[in-house]
Amino acid sequence: MPVDFDIARVAQLARIALTDEELAAYSEQLEQILEHAARVQALPTEGVEPTSHPLTMVNAFRPDETSACLDRDEVLTQAPDAADAYFRVPRILDEGSANS
Amino acid sequence: MTDLADLTILEAGGGLRAGDFSAVDLLAANLRRAAVTEAHLHAFLVIDRDGATRAAEEADAALAAGDEDRPLLGIPVALKDNMVTRGVETTASSQILAGWKPPYDGTAVARLREAGAVIVGKTNLDEFAMGSSTENSAYGPTRNPWDTDTVPGGSSGGSAAAVAAGSAMGGFGSDTGGSIRQPASLTGTVGVKPTYGLVSRYGLIAFASSLDQIGPIGRTVADAATLLEAVAGWDPLDATSYPGEVPAISGSLDAGVDGLRIGIVTELSSEGIDPQVLGATTAVVDRLSDAGAEVTEVSLPSTEYALSAYYLIAPAECSANLARFDGVRYGLRVDGDNVEEMMAKTRGAGFGPEVIRRILLGTYALSAGYYDAFYGQAQRVRTLVRQDFATAYENVDLLVSPTSPTTAFPVGARTTDPIAMYYSDVCTIPSNLSGDPAMSIPVGLDDAGLPIGFQVMAPALGEELMFRVAAEVERGAGFTDRASLATSEVVDA
Repeated sequence: MPVDFDIARVAQLARIALTDEELAAYSEQLEQILEHAARVQALPTEGVEPTSHPLTMVNAFRPDETSACLDRDEVLTQAPDAADAYFRVPRILDEGSANS
Repeated sequence: MTDLADLTILEAGGGLRAGDFSAVDLLAANLRRAAVTEAHLHAFLVIDRDGATRAAEEADAALAAGDEDRPLLGIPVALKDNMVTRGVETTASSQILAGWKPPYDGTAVARLREAGAVIVGKTNLDEFAMGSSTENSAYGPTRNPWDTDTVPGGSSGGSAAAVAAGSAMGGFGSDTGGSIRQPASLTGTVGVKPTYGLVSRYGLIAFASSLDQIGPIGRTVADAATLLEAVAGWDPLDATSYPGEVPAISGSLDAGVDGLRIGIVTELSSEGIDPQVLGATTAVVDRLSDAGAEVTEVSLPSTEYALSAYYLIAPAECSANLARFDGVRYGLRVDGDNVEEMMAKTRGAGFGPEVIRRILLGTYALSAGYYDAFYGQAQRVRTLVRQDFATAYENVDLLVSPTSPTTAFPVGARTTDPIAMYYSDVCTIPSNLSGDPAMSIPVGLDDAGLPIGFQVMAPALGEELMFRVAAEVERGAGFTDRASLATSEVVDA
């Protein structure tokens, strides 16, 4: 199949801010890599089940018991911005959108 | 007089228990070696002198109290910097984690501490373990102690270089597509990718979760087995860790190979492999045959597509795993007007080019309309690769091949050509896709004096058999050369 993609859209999906020059460079490199990777399509795989994982385990259970967890204060010392017991981030909703 | 830094782990353990020297002496020898080689190698991102000294003093106290049961007690080890260490900066060689001091130890790290090992420091890697040369580090490349104009391989190149140079007695890395075995091959060390799930991934900064596996790097097969035994086993904190009994690992190192059926993989031992590497491989196979093994050629036809499948599966998984680096909980933040802009700017500034390339590739391969053609198809190829191995193991006990198609390549030689760099892992990737164990053993030098590695692959949980054959390969090769930089004097001059 032809390799054809919108690099700006892919970067947006991946939440990576890139300049136009960077986008152009990555676009070219990805085309080459995808061309190579697309070789997998040459292999007939009708009726072959996909393997997502080398182990065939389905569920891993443990007893429902409380145990120690990470120290909250120690965790928060590593945050770029924290307030009280929380991670702090820039506003998520635009002005006015909270009421719309 | 022997420099303590040149002892094997087993020799050092004997010397510690005989009272010939202390754990503090042993650590001092490794730190001395690091002091004279690091300016040339840059194997370490962090040397934790204080933490290591405390651990060595504790080991000496335990030794004085008669502790006989812990073979790693007092042994200095180096850890790849994608293994999380409480309170010691861990960046996975990325700017996005600059300054991060983890609030916990990974399970393998905790087990090493319980085993009494002395953690010397954190070693350099290709950012988030994405690479085959340790050049893709945000903190500068690592060089090969055999020839500092060449790369040490990667992504666990820092641990491999540290062990080869004598700056640690043993090391740990992670292997997603060959990241332990290929640097071991390029640095004349023994590197092991255990069966998937044998070592807990809790506290290993995730790259591709269905492929990643922690494993040891040592100077001998017996040392590597001892290192692996200290960390193997089920862990409730990793739902994909193997819940059964840990298989025997070092029990049969002296058993030889008489009567074993060994298959040399045609597809991994022909086209595209350097003639000197092939020559060394053939010589090893001949010696195994002389030692009583029954050697045949075995075909794994789907491995031709393994590299392509890997370069869809690994980026797809990485694009999901690396979503966690968003400037909220740890590491870098670049401000933005809203949370989404902050995240995109942080990720654009914090990730290096190879990481961005793979996240974009994975995001694309998983996106609507392309999922089945790329990711789904790659997963079906993975099934075929596994079936190839299963069919092969109906007729042979083990498989062998070169570890790397070439010996160490010059610094900068493949940095501008991602596909040439990816090809470095052509012999190692099939075992990651299958989940089976594989290891590299040094077997000789090429005309330029650079080490050549030989790969032994075994069925899942076949570690004992794999180490048994590896030990025979090691005995037959009689490889005793040391890296040119592994001597304190030369570098002093």
